[in-house]
Amino acid sequence: MKRSTRRRLTQGILYAVFAAVILFILLSADWGRIQPYFFNLGVARETFPEILTVAAKNTVIYTAIAFVGGMLFGLLLALMKLSPVLPYRWLATGYIELFRGLPALLVIFGFAFAVPIAFQWQAPGGSVGAGLIGLIVVSAAYIAETIRAGIEAVPKGQVEAARSLGMNSVWTMITVVLPQAFRIITPPLTNELVILIKDTSLLFIAGMAIADRDLTTFARDSLTNQANATPLVVAALLYLVITLPLTQLVAKLEQHNKRGR
Amino acid sequence: MIQVSHTAPDATGHGSGAAVPAIEVRALCKNFGDNEVLKGIDFHVEQGEVVCVIGPSGSGKSTLLRCVNRLEEPTSGTVMVEGIDITDSETDLDDVRTRIGMVFQQFNLFPHLSVLRNLTLAQQRAKKRGRAEATEVARRNLEKVGLSEKADAFPAQLSGGQQQRVAIARALSMDPDMMLFDEPTSALDPELVGDVLEVMKQLAREGMTMMVVTHEMGFAREVGDRVVFMDGGVVVEQGKPEDVLGNPQHERTKLFLSKVL
Repeated sequence: MKRSTRRRLTQGILYAVFAAVILFILLSADWGRIQPYFFNLGVARETFPEILTVAAKNTVIYTAIAFVGGMLFGLLLALMKLSPVLPYRWLATGYIELFRGLPALLVIFGFAFAVPIAFQWQAPGGSVGAGLIGLIVVSAAYIAETIRAGIEAVPKGQVEAARSLGMNSVWTMITVVLPQAFRIITPPLTNELVILIKDTSLLFIAGMAIADRDLTTFARDSLTNQANATPLVVAALLYLVITLPLTQLVAKLEQHNKRGR
Repeated sequence: MIQVSHTAPDATGHGSGAAVPAIEVRALCKNFGDNEVLKGIDFHVEQGEVVCVIGPSGSGKSTLLRCVNRLEEPTSGTVMVEGIDITDSETDLDDVRTRIGMVFQQFNLFPHLSVLRNLTLAQQRAKKRGRAEATEVARRNLEKVGLSEKADAFPAQLSGGQQQRVAIARALSMDPDMMLFDEPTSALDPELVGDVLEVMKQLAREGMTMMVVTHEMGFAREVGDRVVFMDGGVVVEQGKPEDVLGNPQHERTKLFLSKVL
């Protein structure tokens, strides 16, 4: 058999398998029963406008708070981990290993209930605020490792050039190392952000007032009230509406930044 | 334009009155682990003098140069810059470094900053100059290296030769008393070497104190006041370029020159 014929045959088989799988799923699903429970337009319409004005808005706000908090705290941890002072390195390493090893749900629960009882302390923003601190604590552990990797990926010659010009280590870090490190880690940081958007759905464990509900919590409540899963589908679509433009934006940003490398 | 203390143009380094040497290295040793790279170097550069350091790779010449602004930490021995012991922990190293310009083999421009910003950054952060003054100094030095029109370009948009000239302008923008060149043309395509050497010759003519680690024997012969030949971590031979390059006394010098000339 000729090489080109063989290649065409292989490709043909791959396409056929693909089409068969799709066809099988479409035909074996009971569309008549799925439609009223998952794609019910009437129920979908009832979730509006609250699912946008309350739930989606809250999800975005929670994500923004957790990401900014996680970045600041993560940067501090990364600098501690690279510090010449040994106890700082121990502390940062211990922290990162601990909170990367625990489920986010447990940490959020801990900050919402265990910490307030243990320290007689009320987080700003009530139970959601306490849960958000838990989310920040967890995301900082992941972000810290990403930032550390980024700092270490900046060529040593950059630091040498800055120091040879008489800039001290702090200015060198701020003006030379960090800007380059953040460019290098833009893709993994986007990843952290997208994961964080979805992890805001864990905040429900802290307990939420009606007006504090995020997308998933809102949709689950609607599911219970209406005995219909359509709100979950609407919530799922809204998550995509949030994440897809974001990843597109970052891809654009990366293209833009390439000129500087 | 550049603050330089002149000695007589024909000074070969000795007996220029009471002037403190720009660089004075005594009994300098540097080990990397078990590897002795510098084995008790005595070395000096007078003010206004151009000293070219030549030798085979691994001879320790770059390490010697990097010890002068303490990018490498000497294992033992003293390094005096304008009479100040830079190995003393009381010395303000950042302040001394603003007076020592350094040019690297790999240019080490800051890739995330425009050419102009490359030149103004350390002026503002280390010399505390205002933006306007820093910009003026930067533009003057860009003109000096013939790259005025590249002020708004980014390093990645420049050729290697242009990048190295920007690096020289960046070092000059600190108004240094002396310049260290660490194989400034070794990473360049052959047709780009000439422009960089031309800028260096111009600097030498203006009386800049220069220590140049180089493989460009033509440059050493034409511009150098003194040539130092290093091999195996020691200074083997030094003197006027026509003597060291034209009539070497040591076998190792003869062997090296027979390979490169």
